[in-house]
Amino acid sequence: MEHVLTMFIQGVFTQNLALSLFLGMCTFLAVSKKVNAAIGLGIAVIVVQAITIPVNNLLYNYVLREGALSWTGVDALSKLDLSFLSFITFIGVIAALVQILEMTLDRFFPPLYNALGVFLPLITVNCAIMGGSLFMQQRDYNFGDSCLYGLFSGIGWAFAITILAGIREKLEYSHVPKGLRGLGIAFMTAGLLAMAFMTFSGM
Amino acid sequence: MKLNDAQKKSFLEPLFNNNPVFVQILGICSALAVTTSLRSAVTMALAVTFVTAFSNVGVSLIRKWIPGSIRMIVEMVIIATLVILVDQLIKAFSYDLSKQLSVYVGLIITNCIVMGRAEAFAIKNAPCESFLDGIGNGMGYGLVLIVVAFFRELFGFGKIFGIVVFKTVQNDGWYVPNGLMVTAPAAFFLIGGIIWLLKTYNKKLQDAE
Repeated sequence: MEHVLTMFIQGVFTQNLALSLFLGMCTFLAVSKKVNAAIGLGIAVIVVQAITIPVNNLLYNYVLREGALSWTGVDALSKLDLSFLSFITFIGVIAALVQILEMTLDRFFPPLYNALGVFLPLITVNCAIMGGSLFMQQRDYNFGDSCLYGLFSGIGWAFAITILAGIREKLEYSHVPKGLRGLGIAFMTAGLLAMAFMTFSGM
Repeated sequence: MKLNDAQKKSFLEPLFNNNPVFVQILGICSALAVTTSLRSAVTMALAVTFVTAFSNVGVSLIRKWIPGSIRMIVEMVIIATLVILVDQLIKAFSYDLSKQLSVYVGLIITNCIVMGRAEAFAIKNAPCESFLDGIGNGMGYGLVLIVVAFFRELFGFGKIFGIVVFKTVQNDGWYVPNGLMVTAPAAFFLIGGIIWLLKTYNKKLQDAE
Protein backbone atom coordinates (compact mmCIF):
# COMPACT_ATOMS: atom_id res chain seq x y z
CA MET A 1 0.00 0.00 0.00
CA GLU A 2 2.79 2.37 0.91
CA HIS A 3 4.44 1.60 -2.41
CA VAL A 4 1.29 2.54 -4.31
CA LEU A 5 1.04 5.77 -2.36
CA THR A 6 4.64 6.65 -3.14
CA MET A 7 4.04 5.96 -6.83
CA PHE A 8 0.94 8.15 -6.65
CA ILE A 9 2.69 11.14 -5.07
CA GLN A 10 5.62 10.74 -7.44
CA GLY A 11 3.52 10.36 -10.59
CA VAL A 12 0.99 13.08 -9.85
CA PHE A 13 2.99 15.69 -7.94
CA THR A 14 6.75 15.55 -7.60
CA GLN A 15 7.49 14.09 -11.03
CA ASN A 16 4.51 15.67 -12.74
CA LEU A 17 4.90 15.07 -16.47
CA ALA A 18 3.86 18.54 -17.52
CA LEU A 19 5.18 20.79 -14.77
CA SER A 20 8.41 19.21 -13.64
CA LEU A 21 9.47 17.15 -16.66
CA PHE A 22 8.09 19.51 -19.33
CA LEU A 23 6.37 16.81 -21.35
CA GLY A 24 3.41 17.41 -23.62
CA MET A 25 4.03 21.15 -23.45
CA CYS A 26 2.75 21.97 -26.94
CA THR A 27 -0.72 20.62 -26.34
CA PHE A 28 -0.50 21.71 -22.70
CA LEU A 29 -0.32 25.34 -23.82
CA ALA A 30 -2.45 25.09 -26.93
CA VAL A 31 -5.49 23.35 -25.44
CA SER A 32 -5.55 25.02 -22.03
CA LYS A 33 -7.66 28.01 -23.05
CA LYS A 34 -10.99 26.39 -22.08
CA VAL A 35 -11.62 24.13 -19.09
CA ASN A 36 -13.94 21.77 -20.98
CA ALA A 37 -11.43 21.09 -23.71
CA ALA A 38 -8.69 20.68 -21.13
CA ILE A 39 -10.69 18.06 -19.21
CA GLY A 40 -11.48 16.19 -22.44
CA LEU A 41 -7.84 16.06 -23.45
CA GLY A 42 -6.83 15.19 -19.90
CA ILE A 43 -9.11 12.14 -19.84
CA ALA A 44 -7.88 11.05 -23.25
CA VAL A 45 -4.29 11.27 -22.00
CA ILE A 46 -5.09 9.23 -18.88
CA VAL A 47 -6.71 6.47 -20.96
CA VAL A 48 -3.95 6.29 -23.57
CA GLN A 49 -1.18 6.53 -20.99
CA ALA A 50 -2.69 3.75 -18.84
CA ILE A 51 -2.86 1.44 -21.86
CA THR A 52 0.35 2.22 -23.75
CA ILE A 53 2.84 2.12 -20.87
CA PRO A 54 1.96 -1.45 -19.74
CA VAL A 55 1.86 -2.65 -23.36
CA ASN A 56 5.23 -1.09 -24.09
CA ASN A 57 6.54 -2.56 -20.86
CA LEU A 58 5.56 -6.08 -21.97
CA LEU A 59 7.13 -5.51 -25.39
CA TYR A 60 10.31 -4.18 -23.87
CA ASN A 61 10.68 -6.97 -21.33
CA TYR A 62 9.77 -9.86 -23.63
CA VAL A 63 11.09 -8.76 -27.02
CA LEU A 64 13.47 -5.84 -26.99
CA ARG A 65 15.80 -5.85 -24.02
CA GLU A 66 19.02 -7.83 -23.86
CA GLY A 67 18.28 -11.50 -23.40
CA ALA A 68 14.53 -10.86 -23.46
CA LEU A 69 13.93 -13.38 -26.23
CA SER A 70 15.32 -16.26 -24.19
CA TRP A 71 11.75 -17.52 -23.61
CA THR A 72 11.74 -18.68 -27.23
CA GLY A 73 14.37 -21.30 -26.37
CA VAL A 74 16.32 -20.54 -29.55
CA ASP A 75 19.96 -20.07 -28.68
CA ALA A 76 20.73 -17.41 -31.29
CA LEU A 77 17.81 -15.28 -30.14
CA SER A 78 18.52 -15.39 -26.43
CA LYS A 79 21.63 -13.23 -26.73
CA LEU A 80 20.00 -10.63 -28.95
CA ASP A 81 19.83 -7.03 -27.73
CA LEU A 82 17.19 -5.09 -29.63
CA SER A 83 16.89 -2.21 -27.20
CA PHE A 84 18.09 0.28 -29.83
CA LEU A 85 14.77 -0.34 -31.58
CA SER A 86 12.78 0.83 -28.57
CA PHE A 87 12.06 4.34 -29.92
CA ILE A 88 10.55 3.15 -33.14
CA THR A 89 8.65 0.33 -31.41
CA PHE A 90 7.15 2.59 -28.77
CA ILE A 91 6.02 5.21 -31.24
CA GLY A 92 4.53 2.51 -33.46
CA VAL A 93 2.64 0.99 -30.55
CA ILE A 94 1.36 4.39 -29.48
CA ALA A 95 0.17 5.30 -32.99
CA ALA A 96 -1.50 1.93 -33.46
CA LEU A 97 -3.18 1.90 -30.04
CA VAL A 98 -4.52 5.41 -30.48
CA GLN A 99 -5.97 4.37 -33.82
CA ILE A 100 -7.58 1.25 -32.30
CA LEU A 101 -8.91 3.24 -29.38
CA GLU A 102 -10.44 5.75 -31.77
CA MET A 103 -12.19 3.04 -33.77
CA THR A 104 -13.43 1.24 -30.65
CA LEU A 105 -14.83 4.41 -29.19
CA ASP A 106 -16.47 5.30 -32.48
CA ARG A 107 -18.13 1.89 -32.72
CA PHE A 108 -19.20 1.28 -29.10
CA PHE A 109 -19.28 4.61 -27.28
CA PRO A 110 -20.32 7.32 -29.75
CA PRO A 111 -20.94 10.03 -27.10
CA LEU A 112 -17.46 9.56 -25.68
CA TYR A 113 -16.04 9.52 -29.20
CA ASN A 114 -17.71 12.82 -29.96
CA ALA A 115 -16.24 14.33 -26.82
CA LEU A 116 -12.70 12.96 -27.17
CA GLY A 117 -12.49 12.37 -30.91
CA VAL A 118 -10.71 15.56 -31.85
CA PHE A 119 -8.05 15.07 -29.19
CA LEU A 120 -7.06 11.51 -30.02
CA PRO A 121 -4.91 12.24 -33.11
CA LEU A 122 -3.16 14.98 -31.12
CA ILE A 123 -2.12 12.39 -28.59
CA THR A 124 0.05 10.39 -30.98
CA VAL A 125 2.52 13.25 -31.13
CA ASN A 126 2.09 14.23 -27.51
CA CYS A 127 5.48 13.77 -25.94
CA ALA A 128 3.95 13.01 -22.55
CA ILE A 129 2.88 9.61 -23.87
CA MET A 130 6.20 8.80 -25.52
CA GLY A 131 8.02 10.25 -22.50
CA GLY A 132 6.06 8.03 -20.15
CA SER A 133 7.13 4.93 -22.05
CA LEU A 134 10.75 6.08 -22.15
CA PHE A 135 10.80 6.77 -18.42
CA MET A 136 9.30 3.34 -17.84
CA GLN A 137 12.21 1.87 -19.80
CA GLN A 138 14.82 4.03 -18.06
CA ARG A 139 13.53 3.32 -14.55
CA ASP A 140 13.14 -0.38 -15.27
CA TYR A 141 9.60 -0.76 -13.95
CA ASN A 142 8.07 -4.23 -13.71
CA PHE A 143 4.64 -4.84 -15.18
CA GLY A 144 2.66 -3.93 -12.04
CA ASP A 145 4.57 -0.74 -11.49
CA SER A 146 4.23 0.29 -15.11
CA CYS A 147 0.43 -0.05 -14.87
CA LEU A 148 0.44 2.20 -11.80
CA TYR A 149 2.88 4.64 -13.38
CA GLY A 150 0.80 4.89 -16.56
CA LEU A 151 -2.35 5.64 -14.63
CA PHE A 152 -0.83 8.09 -12.16
CA SER A 153 1.30 10.02 -14.61
CA GLY A 154 -1.75 10.44 -16.84
CA ILE A 155 -3.75 11.72 -13.90
CA GLY A 156 -0.96 14.15 -13.02
CA TRP A 157 -0.89 15.56 -16.55
CA ALA A 158 -4.70 15.89 -16.67
CA PHE A 159 -4.65 17.57 -13.27
CA ALA A 160 -2.06 20.12 -14.35
CA ILE A 161 -3.78 21.06 -17.61
CA THR A 162 -7.15 21.43 -15.89
CA ILE A 163 -5.73 23.79 -13.26
CA LEU A 164 -3.93 25.86 -15.90
CA ALA A 165 -7.08 26.08 -18.03
CA GLY A 166 -9.07 27.26 -14.99
CA ILE A 167 -6.56 30.01 -14.28
CA ARG A 168 -6.33 31.05 -17.92
CA GLU A 169 -10.11 31.39 -18.18
CA LYS A 170 -10.04 33.83 -15.26
CA LEU A 171 -7.07 35.68 -16.75
CA GLU A 172 -9.17 36.65 -19.77
CA TYR A 173 -10.69 39.38 -17.62
CA SER A 174 -7.55 40.81 -16.10
CA HIS A 175 -5.26 43.55 -17.31
CA VAL A 176 -2.14 41.89 -18.53
CA PRO A 177 0.59 44.01 -20.20
CA LYS A 178 0.13 43.89 -23.95
CA GLY A 179 3.25 41.97 -24.86
CA LEU A 180 2.66 39.40 -22.16
CA ARG A 181 -0.88 38.55 -23.23
CA GLY A 182 -1.67 35.03 -24.41
CA LEU A 183 1.36 32.80 -24.50
CA GLY A 184 3.62 34.87 -22.24
CA ILE A 185 1.30 34.91 -19.28
CA ALA A 186 0.51 31.23 -19.80
CA PHE A 187 4.19 30.45 -19.34
CA MET A 188 4.39 32.57 -16.19
CA THR A 189 1.31 30.86 -14.75
CA ALA A 190 2.72 27.45 -15.55
CA GLY A 191 5.94 28.48 -13.82
CA LEU A 192 4.05 29.44 -10.66
CA LEU A 193 2.13 26.16 -10.80
CA ALA A 194 5.38 24.26 -11.17
CA MET A 195 6.67 26.00 -8.06
CA ALA A 196 3.56 24.96 -6.17
CA PHE A 197 3.95 21.35 -7.29
CA MET A 198 7.61 21.38 -6.28
CA THR A 199 6.65 21.87 -2.66
CA PHE A 200 5.35 18.30 -2.60
CA SER A 201 8.86 16.99 -3.09
CA GLY A 202 9.48 17.10 0.66
CA MET A 203 6.86 14.42 1.25
CA MET B 1 26.38 27.27 -54.22
CA LYS B 2 24.48 30.48 -54.77
CA LEU B 3 21.15 30.76 -53.01
CA ASN B 4 18.14 32.39 -54.62
CA ASP B 5 15.69 34.53 -52.65
CA ALA B 6 13.22 31.77 -51.89
CA GLN B 7 15.97 29.59 -50.54
CA LYS B 8 17.36 32.39 -48.40
CA LYS B 9 13.92 33.06 -47.06
CA SER B 10 13.27 29.48 -46.10
CA PHE B 11 16.51 29.56 -44.15
CA LEU B 12 16.32 32.96 -42.46
CA GLU B 13 12.62 33.30 -41.65
CA PRO B 14 12.56 30.64 -38.92
CA LEU B 15 15.56 32.15 -37.16
CA PHE B 16 13.73 35.26 -36.00
CA ASN B 17 10.41 36.26 -37.52
CA ASN B 18 8.93 32.80 -37.60
CA ASN B 19 10.86 31.21 -34.77
CA PRO B 20 9.54 27.70 -34.09
CA VAL B 21 9.54 28.05 -30.31
CA PHE B 22 8.15 31.55 -29.81
CA VAL B 23 5.98 32.12 -32.82
CA GLN B 24 4.89 28.70 -33.98
CA ILE B 25 4.86 27.36 -30.38
CA LEU B 26 6.50 24.09 -31.41
CA GLY B 27 8.97 21.93 -29.57
CA ILE B 28 8.70 23.57 -26.20
CA CYS B 29 9.03 20.39 -24.12
CA SER B 30 12.68 19.82 -24.75
CA ALA B 31 13.42 23.54 -24.94
CA LEU B 32 12.55 23.72 -21.27
CA ALA B 33 14.01 20.45 -20.10
CA VAL B 34 17.57 20.39 -21.42
CA THR B 35 18.52 23.99 -20.70
CA THR B 36 20.11 23.64 -17.26
CA SER B 37 23.56 23.53 -18.84
CA LEU B 38 24.95 24.95 -22.07
CA ARG B 39 26.62 21.71 -23.09
CA SER B 40 23.42 19.72 -23.16
CA ALA B 41 21.61 22.62 -24.85
CA VAL B 42 24.16 22.78 -27.67
CA THR B 43 24.09 19.01 -28.16
CA MET B 44 20.33 19.02 -28.25
CA ALA B 45 20.31 21.93 -30.71
CA LEU B 46 22.68 20.07 -33.04
CA ALA B 47 20.67 16.86 -32.75
CA VAL B 48 17.39 18.58 -33.56
CA THR B 49 18.93 20.52 -36.47
CA PHE B 50 20.32 17.30 -37.92
CA VAL B 51 17.05 15.41 -37.57
CA THR B 52 14.89 18.25 -38.90
CA ALA B 53 17.13 18.88 -41.90
CA PHE B 54 17.44 15.27 -43.00
CA SER B 55 13.87 14.24 -42.24
CA ASN B 56 12.79 17.22 -44.35
CA VAL B 57 15.00 16.02 -47.20
CA GLY B 58 13.73 12.46 -46.85
CA VAL B 59 10.10 13.42 -46.79
CA SER B 60 10.58 15.88 -49.65
CA LEU B 61 12.32 13.30 -51.84
CA ILE B 62 9.45 10.84 -51.66
CA ARG B 63 6.65 13.39 -51.38
CA LYS B 64 5.21 12.55 -54.80
CA TRP B 65 4.90 8.85 -54.04
CA ILE B 66 3.45 8.85 -50.52
CA PRO B 67 -0.31 8.24 -50.49
CA GLY B 68 -1.99 10.90 -48.34
CA SER B 69 -3.56 8.46 -45.91
CA ILE B 70 -0.32 6.93 -44.68
CA ARG B 71 1.98 9.92 -44.93
CA MET B 72 2.05 10.46 -41.16
CA ILE B 73 3.35 7.01 -40.50
CA VAL B 74 5.94 7.28 -43.27
CA GLU B 75 7.16 10.57 -41.81
CA MET B 76 7.24 9.00 -38.37
CA VAL B 77 9.42 6.13 -39.58
CA ILE B 78 11.89 8.49 -41.28
CA ILE B 79 12.12 10.65 -38.17
CA ALA B 80 12.43 7.71 -35.78
CA THR B 81 15.24 6.20 -37.84
CA LEU B 82 17.19 9.45 -37.75
CA VAL B 83 16.63 9.86 -34.03
CA ILE B 84 17.89 6.33 -33.35
CA LEU B 85 21.01 7.23 -35.32
CA VAL B 86 21.58 10.39 -33.29
CA ASP B 87 20.94 8.57 -30.02
CA GLN B 88 23.44 5.83 -30.84
CA LEU B 89 26.02 8.42 -31.88
CA ILE B 90 25.68 10.39 -28.65
CA LYS B 91 25.85 7.18 -26.62
CA ALA B 92 28.97 6.09 -28.48
CA PHE B 93 30.94 9.32 -28.28
CA SER B 94 29.72 11.03 -25.13
CA TYR B 95 28.13 8.63 -22.71
CA ASP B 96 27.84 10.98 -19.74
CA LEU B 97 26.07 13.52 -21.91
CA SER B 98 23.58 10.91 -23.06
CA LYS B 99 22.85 10.16 -19.38
CA GLN B 100 22.27 13.85 -18.76
CA LEU B 101 19.91 14.25 -21.70
CA SER B 102 18.16 11.03 -20.60
CA VAL B 103 14.88 10.51 -22.41
CA TYR B 104 14.88 13.83 -24.19
CA VAL B 105 16.90 12.61 -27.17
CA GLY B 106 14.26 9.95 -27.78
CA LEU B 107 11.64 12.61 -27.47
CA ILE B 108 12.91 14.36 -30.58
CA ILE B 109 10.64 11.88 -32.37
CA THR B 110 7.60 13.53 -30.88
CA ASN B 111 9.15 17.00 -31.01
CA CYS B 112 6.52 18.92 -32.92
CA ILE B 113 9.13 20.96 -34.82
CA VAL B 114 10.31 17.94 -36.79
CA MET B 115 6.86 16.60 -37.54
CA GLY B 116 5.46 20.09 -38.04
CA ARG B 117 8.07 21.07 -40.63
CA ALA B 118 7.70 17.78 -42.49
CA GLU B 119 3.94 18.31 -42.65
CA ALA B 120 3.94 22.02 -43.34
CA PHE B 121 6.93 22.44 -45.59
CA ALA B 122 8.74 19.35 -46.85
CA ILE B 123 5.62 17.63 -48.17
CA LYS B 124 5.11 20.54 -50.60
CA ASN B 125 8.63 21.69 -51.50
CA ALA B 126 11.76 20.54 -53.28
CA PRO B 127 14.54 18.78 -51.32
CA CYS B 128 16.99 21.70 -51.41
CA GLU B 129 14.55 24.25 -49.92
CA SER B 130 13.35 21.66 -47.45
CA PHE B 131 16.88 21.04 -46.28
CA LEU B 132 17.45 24.76 -45.69
CA ASP B 133 14.11 25.09 -43.98
CA GLY B 134 15.07 22.23 -41.68
CA ILE B 135 18.43 23.78 -40.87
CA GLY B 136 16.81 27.17 -40.27
CA ASN B 137 14.16 25.78 -37.97
CA GLY B 138 16.63 23.64 -36.11
CA MET B 139 18.86 26.65 -35.58
CA GLY B 140 15.97 28.89 -34.57
CA TYR B 141 15.14 26.32 -31.95
CA GLY B 142 18.80 25.95 -30.97
CA LEU B 143 19.16 29.72 -30.57
CA VAL B 144 16.39 29.80 -27.98
CA LEU B 145 17.86 26.81 -26.19
CA ILE B 146 21.28 28.39 -25.98
CA VAL B 147 19.99 31.76 -24.78
CA VAL B 148 17.90 30.14 -22.03
CA ALA B 149 20.69 27.75 -21.07
CA PHE B 150 23.16 30.63 -20.88
CA PHE B 151 21.13 32.39 -18.21
CA ARG B 152 20.25 29.23 -16.31
CA GLU B 153 23.81 27.95 -16.13
CA LEU B 154 25.31 31.36 -15.37
CA PHE B 155 22.96 32.21 -12.52
CA GLY B 156 22.29 28.66 -11.36
CA PHE B 157 25.88 27.44 -11.14
CA GLY B 158 28.00 30.54 -11.85
CA LYS B 159 29.49 28.79 -14.86
CA ILE B 160 29.46 28.97 -18.66
CA PHE B 161 30.15 25.72 -20.51
CA GLY B 162 31.35 24.34 -17.19
CA ILE B 163 34.00 27.08 -16.84
CA VAL B 164 33.71 29.07 -13.62
CA VAL B 165 32.72 32.69 -14.24
CA PHE B 166 31.30 33.65 -10.85
CA LYS B 167 33.16 31.92 -8.06
CA THR B 168 30.53 30.39 -5.80
CA VAL B 169 30.45 30.62 -2.02
CA GLN B 170 31.05 26.88 -1.63
CA ASN B 171 34.40 27.32 -3.36
CA ASP B 172 35.45 30.36 -1.28
CA GLY B 173 34.07 32.81 -3.85
CA TRP B 174 31.48 35.54 -3.48
CA TYR B 175 28.57 34.34 -5.63
CA VAL B 176 25.58 32.68 -3.98
CA PRO B 177 24.07 30.44 -6.68
CA ASN B 178 20.41 31.04 -7.42
CA GLY B 179 18.85 27.65 -6.71
CA LEU B 180 15.62 28.58 -8.46
CA MET B 181 17.43 28.83 -11.80
CA VAL B 182 18.17 25.11 -12.00
CA THR B 183 14.62 24.06 -11.15
CA ALA B 184 11.63 23.71 -13.44
CA PRO B 185 9.81 27.03 -12.78
CA ALA B 186 12.78 29.16 -13.86
CA ALA B 187 12.58 27.70 -17.36
CA PHE B 188 8.96 28.74 -17.62
CA PHE B 189 9.68 32.24 -16.31
CA LEU B 190 12.63 32.75 -18.65
CA ILE B 191 10.76 31.67 -21.78
CA GLY B 192 7.74 33.72 -20.70
CA GLY B 193 9.99 36.71 -20.21
CA ILE B 194 11.68 36.33 -23.58
CA ILE B 195 8.28 36.10 -25.28
CA TRP B 196 7.25 39.27 -23.49
CA LEU B 197 10.35 41.12 -24.72
CA LEU B 198 9.93 39.82 -28.23
CA LYS B 199 6.29 40.80 -28.46
CA THR B 200 6.83 44.25 -27.01
CA TYR B 201 9.57 44.85 -29.56
CA ASN B 202 7.82 43.27 -32.51
CA LYS B 203 4.27 44.69 -32.66
CA LYS B 204 3.30 42.45 -35.56
CA LEU B 205 3.34 39.39 -33.34
CA GLN B 206 1.17 41.10 -30.79
CA ASP B 207 -1.73 41.70 -33.12
CA ALA B 208 -1.83 38.06 -34.08
CA GLU B 209 -2.95 37.10 -30.56
